[in-house]
Amino acid sequence: MADETRSTSESSSGGDRPDRGERRPSRPGGPGGGREGGAGGRKYFRRKKVCKFCVEKIEAINYKDIRLLAQFVAESGRIVPRRLTGVCTPHQRRLSLAIKQARNIALLPFAGRAA
Amino acid sequence: MNRTYELMFIVRPDMAEEDQDKLISTLEAAVASSSGQVKNVERMGKRRLAYTVRKFHDGIYVLLTVEGGGGLIHELERRLRVTEPVIKFLTVRTDEEQKRLDKIKAIKDAKRKAAAPAPSPEPAGEAPAATA
Repeated sequence: MADETRSTSESSSGGDRPDRGERRPSRPGGPGGGREGGAGGRKYFRRKKVCKFCVEKIEAINYKDIRLLAQFVAESGRIVPRRLTGVCTPHQRRLSLAIKQARNIALLPFAGRAA
Repeated sequence: MNRTYELMFIVRPDMAEEDQDKLISTLEAAVASSSGQVKNVERMGKRRLAYTVRKFHDGIYVLLTVEGGGGLIHELERRLRVTEPVIKFLTVRTDEEQKRLDKIKAIKDAKRKAAAPAPSPEPAGEAPAATA
């Protein structure tokens, strides 16, 4: 229990998973734009999303590494889609495989705990 | 042909230490009799399960790294299935993934070597010239 709560709080504060509220359908700014929409009172950041695994050069995505996997699993237990996390396709494939293996051995939930 | 597998299983939390030892040693004997090899035994200790399994909320995790063929795994899984205190198990084949990782690492090392020190390619260039 303690482990579970720790890992989820870490993921929410870590900033690896962008907030859903930030998402807008179009991207007017240039590549890697930092700050946008400052004028009309609508202030929000939109960092260009990058694949965590490519940036940090994490090659091995292992089902035992729950700390890592938990960052890509929502509270409800579902795998967070690529469009929200920015993970690239090859890594998302490995990631989802690892998450499913972890679920099978009760390291990660199939469905979140009463969330 | 020999493959590497990771065999992770969960035993019930109230299982005594010596019973775990007994279970692990019987598994090791089974591996040996199928001409396999136990590379590593890791007791990951008691953990909270992410969901209830057979009315248990915690379990003791054990991880075996085994080398051998598919028949061996078949036998081990059969044993785990009939062993009462084992509540869950998972087998993952790791050698191909490991091969991939080694390859990536080799490429990375080669790149670093090519980028940083110049002297290493030079003697290699000289050697064929000396033989010719």
